This record gives sequence, structure tokens and C-alpha cells, in this order.
Amino acid sequence: MIRRLLALLSIAAFAPGAWAADALTGAVQKQPLNVSAILMFVVFVGATLCITYWASKRNKSAADYYAAGGKITGFQNGLAIAGDYMSAASFLGISALVFASGYDGLIYSIGFLVGWPIILFLIAERLRNLGKYTFADVASYRLGQTQIRTLSACGSLVVVAFYLIAQMVGAGKLIQLLFGLDYHVAVILVGVLMCLYVLFGGMLATTWVQIIKAVLLLSGASFMALMVMKHVNFDFNMLFSEAIKVHPKGEAIMSPGGLVKDPVSAFSLGLALMFGTAGLPHILMRFFTVSDAKEARKSVLYATGFIGYFYILTFIIGFGAILLVSTNPAFKDAAGALLGGNNMAAVHLANAVGGSIFLGFISAVAFATILAVVAGLTLAGASAVSHDLYASVIKKGKANEKDEIRISKITTIALAVLAIVLGILFESQNIAFMVGLAFSIAASCNFPVLLLSMYWKKLTTRGAMIGGWMGLISAVGLMILGPTIWVQILHHEKAIFPYEYPALFSMMIAFVGIWFFSVTDKSTAADNERALFFPQFVRSQTGLGASGAVSH
Amino acid sequence: MNDSIYLSIQNSPRFKELVSKRERFAWILSAIMLGLYSGFILLIAYGPQVLGAKINPESSITWGIPIGVGLIVSAFVLTGIYVRRANGEFDDLNNAILKEAQQ
Repeated sequence: MIRRLLALLSIAAFAPGAWAADALTGAVQKQPLNVSAILMFVVFVGATLCITYWASKRNKSAADYYAAGGKITGFQNGLAIAGDYMSAASFLGISALVFASGYDGLIYSIGFLVGWPIILFLIAERLRNLGKYTFADVASYRLGQTQIRTLSACGSLVVVAFYLIAQMVGAGKLIQLLFGLDYHVAVILVGVLMCLYVLFGGMLATTWVQIIKAVLLLSGASFMALMVMKHVNFDFNMLFSEAIKVHPKGEAIMSPGGLVKDPVSAFSLGLALMFGTAGLPHILMRFFTVSDAKEARKSVLYATGFIGYFYILTFIIGFGAILLVSTNPAFKDAAGALLGGNNMAAVHLANAVGGSIFLGFISAVAFATILAVVAGLTLAGASAVSHDLYASVIKKGKANEKDEIRISKITTIALAVLAIVLGILFESQNIAFMVGLAFSIAASCNFPVLLLSMYWKKLTTRGAMIGGWMGLISAVGLMILGPTIWVQILHHEKAIFPYEYPALFSMMIAFVGIWFFSVTDKSTAADNERALFFPQFVRSQTGLGASGAVSH
Repeated sequence: MNDSIYLSIQNSPRFKELVSKRERFAWILSAIMLGLYSGFILLIAYGPQVLGAKINPESSITWGIPIGVGLIVSAFVLTGIYVRRANGEFDDLNNAILKEAQQ
């Protein structure tokens, strides 16, 4: 049991989504109807639909639809990135992890944060200067459009699909816990709402949904942390010593537990978290919503600040739950376990510090959080199909804007239907590995091609294509052969690939593949692509010729 | 945009200065961040007792807390340092290059 739990915890470490998705896998107990939470959620939905209506009046061109006209400020974009990144799973999951094992929760949150400075230093400004709507714009800048756009669009769609399924199933489980409503209600509700936001409001509405959610989540979490600190007279020493007294693990909660087993797994996980973030299509797309490289840099600064602050809050909230929730019999069942499971630690704490109204608020925010994340994912998936596959691959860059947006809207509807169907199909499946897989694929396919296209002069279409596919296939293959799928889901005796996280190996395969098939490419097309590196380099550095804000 | 502008920028000494300064700065900061995080992972794998040691005998706070929170803060501080220099010094240089090239 403990072994299984540890294994699950370490999978959960892969991504915020994995945690809740996993912890909420299997039968969850439906809670009694929570009327105040439902009312507050209805208010949130009403407000976001008004914003969607407002945004739909302002959306006129493709640039408006995909990139909010490039008119989002660095500060707004920083909040929206934070809103995109702080999932319900990271709020409930990390505070639950702190609640259950203390310090380990902090270790995981750090893994999610350290990728951001690297994105700023190495990627953000070049990405903004070279791209227009999707990261494939950048990856295929001087390479064969058909091959590289197809690769990047497939990489994006696979990442989006796995991430979406995890979010949909998570939403279904959450609604049972938080609102006391049925699983299918959540899946259909989320599918319909995300479709409305993206269909009518495009990037502008999606951005504002993410901003509002980030503000609500950050203020709710701040209030909870403040009340916890007030309880211990703003003395950290007292917070920790009181927690040690009441926690069954005692002093062990103040040091690393056994979650990171060996250095290879630890590094592989670290790489997936760090570089996976830099390959997530919905995150990369956010960089095209600001006017220039200066604002793009500011976005990362604000995003890092908000996300870091949020993780510190969840740490305090987790310890607060040890103090105020684990000691209160009202939050426990007869066996002494937390009502609704450990993922409810933060939700019960909301009740303990703010009463039933605040409990309703936090439940509504936790659910609203999922909407913000899935809207971003859907838009990224729809853009990959319309901008990359339709406009560039099928129409060879000669599509008119109207048709392109129409394709994007059709894709949005298709994605919503698909997400609802998959959400229902996967209700009782173990989907914990999916977000982990999404991060591994992003780190092994999208990221290497994107990075080398900006940094390495000798990259050719052949190298990027073969290496990129090798990364994608090896990430999926090693994940299937590893302990998570091979042993836990397919019930084989022993895993063929011994590590849970493939990123260390699949990234190496991708980089070596890209390098080898590029340097051995002696074709004239390859020479032309190498010659095009310098104009690209000048643009990436100076922003000369980059697309800016659109004025009406 | 025609090719001659790109070519003239590419050969301008100011452009070379910008690129080498900014790249070096970015790689140094990346190395610091990666170094700190790798050090942390190695400490978890090989020396968890270091993180579990109390900062003083009377306190229940362990070294892991300031180190962990310090890592979060350092991620923010490093991005701040980069943005400050890139949005000031580097962007000024960049604007000068673009102005020079368009004349």
C-alpha cells in the first residue's frame, strides 16, 4: 500500500495536473450539495461569459483571434501565464502533499518553478521576435514548412490531448467533491464553457479568464495563509513546532521523505519539468500576445513572481491544514481519514479559517481554475490545426484569414466534443501518467526542435524532422515500457525500461538525432537553410521585422 | 525588410557587442539557476540529513526551509536581474542598432 502510494506520489510530481488527476482517480465519494459554492461558480461563469461577449465584439482579425492583437501588457500576460500554469491540481495537490508529508511538497513546487528563469534567459525574447501565433512559426522559420509544421502541430496536439483528458477527468472528480454534483455534469459543463470562451472570445477572452482566475486564486490562497499565520502569531517556528506535535510522522515532516528514489529518476523528472514547460504549446502561445520582447520579458518576471509566491502560500496552507484540519474531528470520517481524501485538505482549511461562505468561494475558484487551463489548451490545439496544418501545410500559406479562422472554430468545437467523449470514456481509467507524458513529449519533441532552430546554425529540415519524431516516439515508447504503464496499468511482472520518467533519455535521443541527421545532410536545400540562419539570427536578436501590436 | 539591412546589422560592431554581452549574461544566469537546482536535487538524493538539520537547537525550523524558499526567491531574483539589464542597457543598444541600420 505504502509502496503504491509512493509510486503514485512520484508520478504526481511530474506535473500539477497529474497529481489531482491521479489522487482523484477511482471512486471518489460524492459530497453533499454545496449551494454557496455553486452560486459563486455561477457568478464566475456569468462574469467570464460577459467578457467573452465583449471580446467577441473586438475580435476582427486573425491576430486578434490568436494573439489578442498583441496588445496584452507584460503584467497582464504574467498574471495570465500564472493562471494558465497554477492548476486546480497544483493548489489542491501540493497542499495535500504538504499536509501528508510536509517538506516533500516544497521539493515538488520548486521543480515546477525553476523552468521559468530558463525560459526567460534562453527562449522568451527570440520566440517573441520570430513568431506570430504559434511556436511552429519559430521552429519552421527557415526550415521546410510542410515537414516542420506537421511535426510541431502533431507535437502540440498530442500534448494538448493528454493534458486535456487529465483536466477533464480531474474536473469530473472535483465537481463530485466540491459541489456534490455528478461526474458527467462537470465534463459536459467544462467542455461547453471552454468551447464558448475560445469560439467567441479567442485569445482575448481566454487571457481574461486566466487573469481573473489567477487573481481569485491568489487572493483566496493569501487569505488562507494569512489566517494560518495569525493563528500562530506570525511565528514560523511556532507553525512548524505545533505541526510536528500533531502530525503522525513527527519531525520527519521537516526533511525530505522518500519520494525521490535515485539520482537518475530525480534528474529525469527535473529535466521534464524544466524543459517540458518550455515546450508546452499553450504556454508558448502566450508570448505572442504581448507587443514586443520587452513585454515578453516582463511577462516572465511577473509570472515567476506570482507562481513562486503561490507555491510559498500552498506550503503554509499545507502546514495550516496539519494544525487546523487534522486536529478537528469535524473534518474526518470514523476511521480518522480526511473527508473526501487528502486532496480536500485546502478545502477543509478554507472552512476552518473562513466559514462556509469562504469554503464556497475556494471551491468555486478551484473549479474555475480548470476552465482557465482547458481554454488555453483548446486554443493552442485549434491554432495548431488551423494556422499550422491548414494554412501552412494544406494551403501552402495561401489561405485567406476568414477560412483560417473558420477552420480554427470548427476545430475548437471538434476538440470540445472530443474532450467530453474522452472525459467520459476515461472516467474510471488510471490517467495519472497522461500529464507526465505530455511534459515528456513537450521536452523531447517540441523543445529540442524549437531551441535548436533558434540557436544552431547547422540545423536542417531533415535533422529537425527525424530527430523530433525520434524524441516524440521514444518519449511515448519509454513511458509505455516503464513501470507506470507496463507494470501498473498493463499488469506485467517487470518493467522493460526501469525508470518512471523517460525525459533524460528521450531528450538525449532527440538532440543526438537532430544533430546527426543535420550534420550529415549534404543537400542544397540544407545549405540554403543554413544560409538563412543569419537573417533569422538578426531578427531574433533585434526584433527587426517582428510582428507587433495591431491597432484598429 | 530587405536583405541589405540584415546584412549591415549583422556586420555592425554594435550588434556583435549586443549579442556577445547578452548571450554571455543569459548563459551565466542559466548556469547559476541550473547549478542551484542541481545542487538541491543532489542534496535530496545524497544528503537529506543536511536539509533535515535544525538551524539551531531551540528551533523546529530545519535548513531545508530557508534553502527551499531561497531557491524560489532566487528564481524570481535572477529573472529580475535579467529583465532589468535586458530592458535597460540591452534594449538601448538594440534601439541604437536599429536606428543606425535604417538610416
